[in-house]
Amino acid sequence: LFAQTNPILTVAPPAKTVVKRNSEATSKISVTLGEGYHVNSNAPHESYLIPLKLSWTPAPLAVEAVAYPKARDEKYEFSDQPLSVFTGNFEIATKFKAPADAPAGVTILAGKIRYQACNNTMCFPPKTVEVKLPVEIQ
Amino acid sequence: VYVARMSLALAGMLVLLPGCSVISDTLEGPPKAASVKPGKDRREAPDFTLKDVNGQTVHLADYRGKVVLLDFWATWCGPCKIEIPWFKEFERENKDKGFAVIGVAMDDEGWDVVKPFAQNMQINYRLVAGNDAIAQKYGAFVPGPPMKPGEVNSIDALPTTFLIDRDGKIAAVHVGLSAKNEFENGIQELLKASGNPAVPALLVRAN
Repeated sequence: LFAQTNPILTVAPPAKTVVKRNSEATSKISVTLGEGYHVNSNAPHESYLIPLKLSWTPAPLAVEAVAYPKARDEKYEFSDQPLSVFTGNFEIATKFKAPADAPAGVTILAGKIRYQACNNTMCFPPKTVEVKLPVEIQ
Repeated sequence: VYVARMSLALAGMLVLLPGCSVISDTLEGPPKAASVKPGKDRREAPDFTLKDVNGQTVHLADYRGKVVLLDFWATWCGPCKIEIPWFKEFERENKDKGFAVIGVAMDDEGWDVVKPFAQNMQINYRLVAGNDAIAQKYGAFVPGPPMKPGEVNSIDALPTTFLIDRDGKIAAVHVGLSAKNEFENGIQELLKASGNPAVPALLVRAN
């Protein structure tokens, strides 16, 4: 319900990625968090916290690396120690590689961003947002 | 896990009704509203049947005659971790006065994550594993309209804590991290009230 009118986290539709066979290309996913909200970074300091994670079903491409933005250490009313978080607008980059035998043409790669958001006084259940990335293999 | 959820507008809502605190500015600040609702405004707390960490069945009705602090929480919830030591203290200091804390763990992973967390936090009160049904039952008591007509709110923001009087009625709802003294004041106020404890079922059997 949150996501329909005033979402905590939104993902902009990604631009088409063009990649040549037997080469690499990087795609960026733009994420926006509502004001006053944060999500745990991909590497939270505390083991009980749920990290943000982007995962792909990459075929016919292969994922070489996922690069998250630099996290910020922020202190909240509810935490004794600063938390490693993402806030505001940020991008997650994924480096794909197209195999030499990848079929030419346009396809859609499916990705998922799992996150768990809080504000200064409350937290919300972990959620997963689907990402659809158009890819043209040349 | 969550079927219907409160709106962000609700989460950030600042309208305070007696016995319904949403957000406190400070952890130790003064209460912004009455600690508990007047008796005439209280509604029956939904009964539930949930399992505790030992696999024993827990019904809210078993606690009739006691003041109950019912805390919806999860291991991944930082603000919940702040309140847990308070609830341990309340349990320790008031359990002999007809008071009990029940923690409803809303983790999808269940006892696999809740049990070690509880041991690490040395939680001294009863924990039960929550589910969609109880989240929806109690979500109906969270202030604010449902996001969609015809749908009901569900417990979404954690922590969400209910104070239930000796008659099994909801006297206060706290959404989000609240001030410790709001809980304390509410508990003490409810403990002072005599209530109308139900006669234990075994005593009312016809001879």
